[in-house]
Amino acid sequence: MHEAATMTHPATGQGHLILEIRDLEAWYGESHVLHGVSLDIRQGEVVTLLGRNGAGKTSTLRAMMGLVGRRAGSIKFEGRETIGLRSDLIARTGIAYCPEERGIFASLDVTENLMLPPVIAPGGLGLDEIYTLFPNLKERARSPGTKLSGGEQQMLAIARILRTGARLLLLDEPSEGLAPVIVQQIGAMIRAIKQRGFTVLLVEQNFRFAQTVADRHYVMEHGRIVDMVANEDLASSLDRLHEYLGV
Amino acid sequence: MIENLLFELEMAAPQVILGLVNGAFYALLSLGLAIIFGMLNVINFAHGAQFMMGAFVAWMLLAWAGIPYWGALILAPLLVGAFGVLIERTMIARLYKLDHLYGLLLTFGLALIIEGIFRNGFGSSGLPYAPPAAFNALNIDIPIMFLPGYRVWVVIASVLVCLATWLVIEKTKIGAYLRAATERPELVQAFGVNVPRMMTLTYGAGVALAAFAGVLAAPIYSVNPAMGANFIITVFAVVVIGGMGSIMGSVVTGFGLGLIEGLARVFYPEASATVVFVIMAIVLLTRPAGLFGRG
Ligand SMILES: Nc1ncnc2c1ncn2[C@@H]1O[C@H](COP(=O)(O)OP(=O)(O)O)[C@@H](O)[C@H]1O
Ligand SMILES: [Mg+2]
Repeated sequence: MHEAATMTHPATGQGHLILEIRDLEAWYGESHVLHGVSLDIRQGEVVTLLGRNGAGKTSTLRAMMGLVGRRAGSIKFEGRETIGLRSDLIARTGIAYCPEERGIFASLDVTENLMLPPVIAPGGLGLDEIYTLFPNLKERARSPGTKLSGGEQQMLAIARILRTGARLLLLDEPSEGLAPVIVQQIGAMIRAIKQRGFTVLLVEQNFRFAQTVADRHYVMEHGRIVDMVANEDLASSLDRLHEYLGV
Repeated sequence: MIENLLFELEMAAPQVILGLVNGAFYALLSLGLAIIFGMLNVINFAHGAQFMMGAFVAWMLLAWAGIPYWGALILAPLLVGAFGVLIERTMIARLYKLDHLYGLLLTFGLALIIEGIFRNGFGSSGLPYAPPAAFNALNIDIPIMFLPGYRVWVVIASVLVCLATWLVIEKTKIGAYLRAATERPELVQAFGVNVPRMMTLTYGAGVALAAFAGVLAAPIYSVNPAMGANFIITVFAVVVIGGMGSIMGSVVTGFGLGLIEGLARVFYPEASATVVFVIMAIVLLTRPAGLFGRG
């Protein structure tokens, strides 16, 4: 039996299995960066991927979106195998990606950035809901996307994937480089979207932030998952986590 | 005094107008190149050949099928654009993962092949294509000059098409996809957009713009296999001056350099053939990204 499959799920994950990754390997050209990643996520969970710089967290998300040179293994989303799909078709199965560098387009204004990702299924947030969650985006509607502050750009990068009807959101270090008050806002926003039934896979290095939003944490090292901790066991596992994360 | 001035104007006006007509072609051609380069990162050296194909298709439509100018203005860009789509799918698309240079070499080779085929089939002396008589209504006949109505139309048509293209790119949803995919194609595709198909259609649209310019040119220049090659050298200079990939830059620079060439013909004819390249050298030395280029 696979490592991830043997790990027990905490009571929080009541939904069905929405994502099953088994033995995922990925390469950038000749360099082999993922060495058999396995993990599961249930519908409605917020799960983090923790790990040091270079552990392979971003690569795991990119491999899920078909954005690495080559990948092998199995990625089942809603029971459907996506390992062989092109990245636009993966998105259309209902997965949305918010990259680490945020990916705000300089030549598009805020509204154009917000409206860019095509709606792929019903059930996404409406514009009015998005403006309630992110009032700044309405005020800055006509500004070029990259003229926003770092925090506003991060909000925009998340807001635009809430519209599309995707059920699984991949967020790569949304707290990175932001002031504590903005990080709190992002935390509140992640809890708000969890309330609405979204499933989130969150890449983080900051587990203090991660523990305020997540149900479970996977720990990565050298392109593999090496541990899994339920959020309620976090306090008793701090020593172990410190060691993994080098903090 | 006044008579002197009138005489000067009489000398200058036709050259300036001729410059504007050339500028109309520079603008259309460099616009297509800019769109293709922005999205595909390919310098389309076949652009001149595709311009020439537009003129030839107009000629064929008239000579072989009796389809007049207005029909050709719509049909020839569609047909040549479809040919562009075929080329992108079967050849250019295979080169995206490689260095820019491969796209340039491929399209350069294609240009030579296409021109060779047309020279074989039609000779190099050129075929006549008469503009519809209706354009005489646009003739401008004032004391200082006579300007054939068809040339007035060329300038109007070019301005309209450039403006429409700019509007589509800057103000529509399709344009937003295009701008976004020019910046980060990978991310746009990860949002669920079929970027490879966008690239194909963009190439087709750029080629269709070249063919449209070719149809406009057919009644002015004789329809011949070298007509594109003659133009394209100057157009590449225009693109370099305006800034590779800049939409507005290519249109403004196209018209501007046409005018400058015309003025040079009046005031210093010896320089008229080289003024564009002198400007190109100066721009490259002082603003390598071009007048409107980013970076
Ligand atoms: N585009 C790339 N080409 C080659 N190697 C890469 C590329 N991106 C990341 N890597 C390598 O893959 C490994 C994992 O990187 P990454 O997934 O970005 O880690 P993390 O997000 O956990 O910091 C690192 O060793 C990194 O150097
Ligand atoms: Mg990373």
